[in-house]
Amino acid sequence: MEARYGEIRALHDVSITVDDGDFVAILGANGAGKTTTLRAVSGTVKTSGDVLLDGSKIFRRTPESMARRGVAHVPEGRGTFTTLSVLDNLRLGAWVQRGVSQRDLARVFEFFPRLYERRDQQAGTLSGGEQQMLALGRAMMAKPRVLLLDEPSLGLAPLMVREIFDALQQMNEGGVTIVVVEQNATLALRAAKHAYVLETGRVVLGGVAADLQENESVRRSYLGY
Amino acid sequence: MRVKLIAFGLGVLALIVLPFPLSDFHTVQLATVGAYFIAILGLDVLTGNSGQISLGHGAFMAVGGYTTAILMSDHGVRDLWTIPIAALVAGAIGVLVGIPALRLSGFYLALATFGIAVVLPTILKKFDGLTGGSTGITLFGKPTQTGHGFQVTILGRHLTNNEWLYALTWTIGVVLFVVVWLLLDSRFGRSLRAVRDSELAAAASGVNRSTYKVAAFGVSAAFAGVGGSLLAINVAYVSPDTFPIQLSLYLLVGAVVGFYGSIWGAIIGALLIQFLPDLVHQVPHIDSKQAGPTTFFFGAVLIVLMLLLPFLLRLGALLTNRGYSRAQ
Amino acid sequence: MANFIQQVVSGLASGGIYGSLALALVLIHRSTGVLNFAQGELATLSAFICWSLIDHGWAFWPAFGATIVLSFLGGAAIQQTLIRPIQDGPVLGVVILTIGLLIAVNGLMTWIWGGAGKQFAGPFSTAPINVGGVAFSKQDIGVIVISLVSVLLIWLLFARTKLGLGLRAAAVNPAEARLTGVRVPMMLAVGWGLAAVLGAVAGVLAAPSLFLEPNMMQTVLLYAFAAAVLGGMDSPIGAVIGGLVLGVLLNLVGTYVHWVGGELRLAVALAVILGVLIVRPAGLFGHTAVRRV
Repeated sequence: MEARYGEIRALHDVSITVDDGDFVAILGANGAGKTTTLRAVSGTVKTSGDVLLDGSKIFRRTPESMARRGVAHVPEGRGTFTTLSVLDNLRLGAWVQRGVSQRDLARVFEFFPRLYERRDQQAGTLSGGEQQMLALGRAMMAKPRVLLLDEPSLGLAPLMVREIFDALQQMNEGGVTIVVVEQNATLALRAAKHAYVLETGRVVLGGVAADLQENESVRRSYLGY
Repeated sequence: MRVKLIAFGLGVLALIVLPFPLSDFHTVQLATVGAYFIAILGLDVLTGNSGQISLGHGAFMAVGGYTTAILMSDHGVRDLWTIPIAALVAGAIGVLVGIPALRLSGFYLALATFGIAVVLPTILKKFDGLTGGSTGITLFGKPTQTGHGFQVTILGRHLTNNEWLYALTWTIGVVLFVVVWLLLDSRFGRSLRAVRDSELAAAASGVNRSTYKVAAFGVSAAFAGVGGSLLAINVAYVSPDTFPIQLSLYLLVGAVVGFYGSIWGAIIGALLIQFLPDLVHQVPHIDSKQAGPTTFFFGAVLIVLMLLLPFLLRLGALLTNRGYSRAQ
Repeated sequence: MANFIQQVVSGLASGGIYGSLALALVLIHRSTGVLNFAQGELATLSAFICWSLIDHGWAFWPAFGATIVLSFLGGAAIQQTLIRPIQDGPVLGVVILTIGLLIAVNGLMTWIWGGAGKQFAGPFSTAPINVGGVAFSKQDIGVIVISLVSVLLIWLLFARTKLGLGLRAAAVNPAEARLTGVRVPMMLAVGWGLAAVLGAVAGVLAAPSLFLEPNMMQTVLLYAFAAAVLGGMDSPIGAVIGGLVLGVLLNLVGTYVHWVGGELRLAVALAVILGVLIVRPAGLFGHTAVRRV
């Protein structure tokens, strides 16, 4: 697949396969095209090339239709609805569902008790970590099949990041396919089952996460040793 | 630049030549076009270059027009001398409006100036001691009128009244065009556009935004005042109905149609204001006494223009090879 | 004292009208950043439509209902056909388009219905009710009730329904709303439709007391603008309260300050706008916008 921003080609030749129930990490330096890849999948960006879900090609990819197909995309910056309350944000997450299930809400609050405490607060007043939890909570409310996350660890304290990835782990165990774009390669490789490395819009490496962790060039470029 | 000079030269030539083949009536129509032309030039300074939208320029025209009328009718001032006075009065009021306008950005300013245009007829009617209220002031036949009652002779040729009006209006028009051209090309103009494009950057460069914006308002209003004054002289009558809210709106349409606020398009806008009503009434089934269709078409023109604008800008950029200079 | 109360009530009635239109302005401004200059003319158009239906023999309330529906559809249609093509471009372009719309609708109304004012018999009689020595006009009470009810219904829609949630989300963060599955373009159309409904309410309520003529709502638009600024440009509550406050204020000033009289009230409103913007730009309920450097 190929993707462009105006005159600039961000992705040249990217081909990624994700199995059902997989946990995939996409690594790479800034500007490597990781964010664009996610955007291509969710339909935020136009591309040449295809996205196949369950083996069948998806023709008109718009964010709304992808959301309805069960693909949740949590973008960089979390996409919080700042002036809406935390509760409203979560309710919004369930948009593609029939109604707002109280049980789903309860489950999110179980995962993230802090969100329950702040449920009536304006979402914009939450800290970065809490907003990431909120973003995840919203994604959970959507009961997605596939969850795409862009830089979930960005700007968060290590403890927060741990909580987030624990939650991701649990979701994955529950059957949600997860694709995470991360600059924090160490973290990502530890959590993921498979990984791809992107460099200037191309896939340069791909495979089982554990193998990549051992890989020389990966260790030197991204893991720092 | 050379293209502009050639265009200018051709324009002046056309102005000199036109009255000869045209009838007397058409000549005075073109004289009125001149009045609108000058007002639109003023609006171009404001909207096209300093980025402040005014929906109330009809009000400044009214100030000029009424200044002329009152001076001519109550104070025996010769019509010619009232023109610079009208410019000063309108300009002063423009400055007074420009100062609080600093606080208003973009559309809020447009709304506030819209308010001025709406409130104007009421004010004119209220202070009827000065303005003659709803009946207005007639200038026809007053001794202060030049060209009426006695013949004006230029270069040995006797001018009819209409030809005189044409000559007067367009001489001033051409002079003011040159003035505004020089102004906008100068440091003043550059600073003005800097303020329009990025207030922050302009401030960082040491440009005193407030002074320039207020000055732009003053200059713009002065121009409109001259336009209004000439209109009064042309029509020989002012009343609140000479300057309705629709006039202010038409002026803005004229400015936008004229290459989106460029002085080179002002003539198009002025012609539009003068002749669109006639064009509209050529359409079958439209009674020429109806004002509604004209207004409707002015609005439609603006809407269609704004819908086409992105496309036109791209076309313009392609043609002039200058990229998105007007992308804002 | 009795006169004072009467003036206050009367002012609240006008204020209800200003507040409804102000709410319409705020609605569109919040969701798209556009100041819809045509809001007043569209409201007048709605009033004319209602008048025409009544003129053809309809009773008031069915005519009003039909007008509301038509206004909603009209507002949504305008957004879809005229605004959507250019809404991703500079906001100035959209605003100028709404100015064009103002002009066109104004001309259209004059074309169809003529420039002369028409009598509009509202649903409420102008007969006074006497409460404790103070005479209230039934019309004033009716206007207050209807405008508050409409505003309340709109508020309920926004705060309590799924559609309202979608509308709010689309206004706050359209890109993210789309990722969540919200059909943002449709939300924008609905937003414009609701604004048109509020405008229709304001227009129909205003028509009995003002003359129904094409320029009827121009001053009201300015009052609505003043109310919105007073309340804080992006605050719905502010718009409504601003409207009520302004209505009462203008009425009292018009009554008790003699040289202002009826005609210069607009000048007072303009002064209010200016004053607020100079002293407290965020208005009563707005948030101070931090300008990103």
